[in-house]
Amino acid sequence: MSAAASAANTGCGREARKIASILAGNTHEFHELIRPYERGAYVMALSMLKNEADAEDVAQEAFLKAYRGLRSFRAEAKFSTWLMSIVLNEARNRLRRKNAVQMESLDEPPGTETRISPTLLRDWREIPSETLERMEVRSMLRDAVSALSPIYREVLLLRDVEEMSVGESAEALGISQAAVKVRLHRARLMLQKRLAPQLKKMNSKRGWFGWL
Amino acid sequence: MVIDCKHVWEHISGYLDGDLAPEILEEVQKHLDHCGICSAILDSTRNILILTADERVFELPLGYSDRLHARLDAEIGGMGAPDGRGSDPVPF
Repeated sequence: MSAAASAANTGCGREARKIASILAGNTHEFHELIRPYERGAYVMALSMLKNEADAEDVAQEAFLKAYRGLRSFRAEAKFSTWLMSIVLNEARNRLRRKNAVQMESLDEPPGTETRISPTLLRDWREIPSETLERMEVRSMLRDAVSALSPIYREVLLLRDVEEMSVGESAEALGISQAAVKVRLHRARLMLQKRLAPQLKKMNSKRGWFGWL
Repeated sequence: MVIDCKHVWEHISGYLDGDLAPEILEEVQKHLDHCGICSAILDSTRNILILTADERVFELPLGYSDRLHARLDAEIGGMGAPDGRGSDPVPF
């Protein structure tokens, strides 16, 4: 067994013991159980609802729902995957209730069978993560993620932001692994198509380090 | 088999995930070694994904965690241990 797999098993084992303890009455341990997932739940809810107050409320509701349903959690699933699927369901329900008319479609957007062409570049100068100190760069990235259709946004956040595996993402979304890969590919190319020209333009105007 | 740029683009995501079949990987790699445009597309995609995943992009609101745990305390306190009854169905 690899070191990573062994560490993951240990982590899962720890969570399983904690869940058993919570079910046995040590309810305060729920706080510790969910701490690693607070951020992911909020980011997922925010990307769906695009409103901070709603996202926070949905995250709280999702954690409460997870607590109430903890006995139905199956040990063979990963807790993080189960939790994220609750957050997704909660966010989708909130969207339906809140804004049925303007709701974004959760179905495949039209025209997705066509191939997505990335932005063509002759060269790419690496943009360092220090540039994220600039609010406009963070906002540019957030806007690009928000502009994706929900089915692409969800999979991109699970895989590339939450770093869940293809299998875990498929389980959380209730879709096949093949669908995860196809959606992820499109989501990544759509981000590149939109962001590469914007970032390159900023990069060529002024050196990143010049305006940090 | 020699693959062109458009075919390489189809494999960008799989390449980044290390998920390509060996024979495809070999062709894509061969192409990338000689094509500046596809290399730049790959580099920019990888770079953009790293930036997007940075936790500074999606910041948590101030006090989010405190408010979350205060609410959990308030509601769980009155609930006792989860009994699975009366809860909404969970996805799986």
